[in-house]
Amino acid sequence: METALTLNHFLFVSGVLFAIGLAGVLVRRNLIIIFMCLELMLAAANLTLVAFSRFNVQDGQPNYDGQVLLFFIITVAAAEVAVGLAIIVALFRTKETTDVTKVNTMKY
Amino acid sequence: MDVNTLAWSVLLLPLIVAATILLGLKRWSGLSSLVSTGSALLTLAFCIMLAADGDKAVDTASYPWIDLAEHLTITIGFQLDGLSRGMMLIVTSIGFLVHLFSLGYMKDDAGKSRYFAALSLFMFSMTGIVLADNFVMMFIFWELVGVSSYLLIGHWFEKASAADAAKKAFLTNRIGDFGFMAGILLVWVLTGSIYFEEIKTAVGGVANVGLLNIAVLCVFCGAIGKSAQLPLHIWLPDAMEGPTPVSALIHAATMVAAGVFMLARVVFLIEAADMAATVITWIGALTALVAALMALQQNDIKRILAYSTLSQLGYMVMAQGMGQTGSDAGMFHLYTHAFFKALLFLGAGAVIYACHHEQDIWKMGGLRKKLPITFTTFALGTAALIAVPFTSGFWSKEAILETALHEKLYGPYVLAMIVAFLTPFYMTRLVIVAFFGKHRTKDADHAHEVGPIMWVPLVILAVMAALSAYGFISSPLLARGHADPGHLFSHFGLTAILSLTGLVVGVGAAIFLYKGKSKDPLSIPLFRDKFYLDELYLGMVRLFQDSVAAFLDFVDRFVIDPLVARFPAGLALGAGSVLRVFQVGNVQSYAFFFGVAVIALILFLIL
Repeated sequence: METALTLNHFLFVSGVLFAIGLAGVLVRRNLIIIFMCLELMLAAANLTLVAFSRFNVQDGQPNYDGQVLLFFIITVAAAEVAVGLAIIVALFRTKETTDVTKVNTMKY
Repeated sequence: MDVNTLAWSVLLLPLIVAATILLGLKRWSGLSSLVSTGSALLTLAFCIMLAADGDKAVDTASYPWIDLAEHLTITIGFQLDGLSRGMMLIVTSIGFLVHLFSLGYMKDDAGKSRYFAALSLFMFSMTGIVLADNFVMMFIFWELVGVSSYLLIGHWFEKASAADAAKKAFLTNRIGDFGFMAGILLVWVLTGSIYFEEIKTAVGGVANVGLLNIAVLCVFCGAIGKSAQLPLHIWLPDAMEGPTPVSALIHAATMVAAGVFMLARVVFLIEAADMAATVITWIGALTALVAALMALQQNDIKRILAYSTLSQLGYMVMAQGMGQTGSDAGMFHLYTHAFFKALLFLGAGAVIYACHHEQDIWKMGGLRKKLPITFTTFALGTAALIAVPFTSGFWSKEAILETALHEKLYGPYVLAMIVAFLTPFYMTRLVIVAFFGKHRTKDADHAHEVGPIMWVPLVILAVMAALSAYGFISSPLLARGHADPGHLFSHFGLTAILSLTGLVVGVGAAIFLYKGKSKDPLSIPLFRDKFYLDELYLGMVRLFQDSVAAFLDFVDRFVIDPLVARFPAGLALGAGSVLRVFQVGNVQSYAFFFGVAVIALILFLIL
């Protein structure tokens, strides 16, 4: 039996992706993995936007606002990746590690 | 140039010079001193041109400063009459000579530029007082004179005593100035104007004579402060901490005379207020006497001269309380006194300079042969001060005493007569101890005559001290009285006899007591310690100020401190020690806190 894809399916996938990403950020030690998990969370949010845009049909046309916003987010995310990776490189050069638990000098 | 341009240039030139020196020329001290002296010469020339113009009152352009429509208009404008033109000539001529003398006296001083800038600032302020046509403008420049005097007394500010003296002079003057301000307001309320000419016409219509008396007394408070009368005289002797040329210009010849000048300017007010006039006369006479008594026992050459200045200012103030004739006599004495007292101070400056900054007369001695020019000029100045007949001081003092007798003011007359006995005594003491006998220290032995840049002003002033009272000099300078030998011989009366007796007795007694002595044979602690007035004031300040201070200390310690300082500080500290727990240093913990907080926020918003 074939069931049509509904908004809830997309939201479910998005939620799962977000949860995986968050879990990765919280438990993994390697900074590059954490960074990838962050991107995963971002992708989850993007998926939600596209889904809402696609399913919000008025007069036979989807509402494209969400999709426009999506491209903004992708652009900003690209910039953010550039900065983030640069920070990681700089960090590795000084600390010679990508383990976040070793980067803990700033505390009370 | 017309009168208008002249007056404005006389006022503004010194200000421009002071600003230029302070803002630009400060590093080139030689240049600044020459610029300042040059401007003094130029203003002197302008003032001579002003005086040559005659003594009629002239309308000049004025600059409107505050304009409140029909209520009050305050302008910066000039009243150019005989009084102000004569006074300007005194100020600028002595000012120029002092500039000249300073070129020598301050030759090697580190703060030379600053000194000359302050001198120029003083010339500007003094010009403003003299030329002012209204009370408010006069008051502004009155305060400016106080500031420049403060700067000059405290010129050697690294010396604690000089800094203290400057502070004392300024604060004491402020007390008087407060009264002056109240007086100006009262006069404005009573007559509806702040302009001297308008007050003069309106004062006859003032019905409330009691309030007018109070107003005049308040105005007189300003003169008490500036002219160092009892009970605010304490600052003047201490002001001698400044460089000696400054003492000559400011604390002998011109600034302290500003109080007398101001009273002469408003003499019509004093004439309208009998009670105030009596108070003014008595305060003047008492100051003359008390200062002369204090002068008897001083050992510092400049302090003796300072007390004699106080005493002579007492004469002038006393004269201002005696109506128009007295006021003219007082201005006449101001004029002669300015020359001979500037001479005495510059002479003292030369002596101090020659003796390597020794000021104690008992450590000098025998300077007559070492410093012949200084001695001769100093002796001439002394002669004028102790009113040796036919010197300038004789005529002006005689004029005041005769007016007092003529107005039947017997009490002040007697006090002033006693002063005429005391003045020759202490001045002769000074001359004998410092210039005659044998040298008592090495400094006095090694003294030699000062350079021409310093003795030329002395000689010019000495000529003026001897001759300035005679008509051929004084009438172009000051149309307010001059020597009248014919009158003296035709009216040879009580005053002349008494003052001549005073002169002979005073000089004789001083010679008898001090000739050949190497330490003071008299010792009168009461006079030496200035009637303990300084100590009395200090005690009063302690009593009142310390109790106020103790109360404020309590409030500060137990009210303001806990409420404003310790409570907020404790709050911040407590909040900080709680929140620091979260700063663990692990980026994943931060992410966790962040996530929990976001979930909490969402739950909070949904539920």
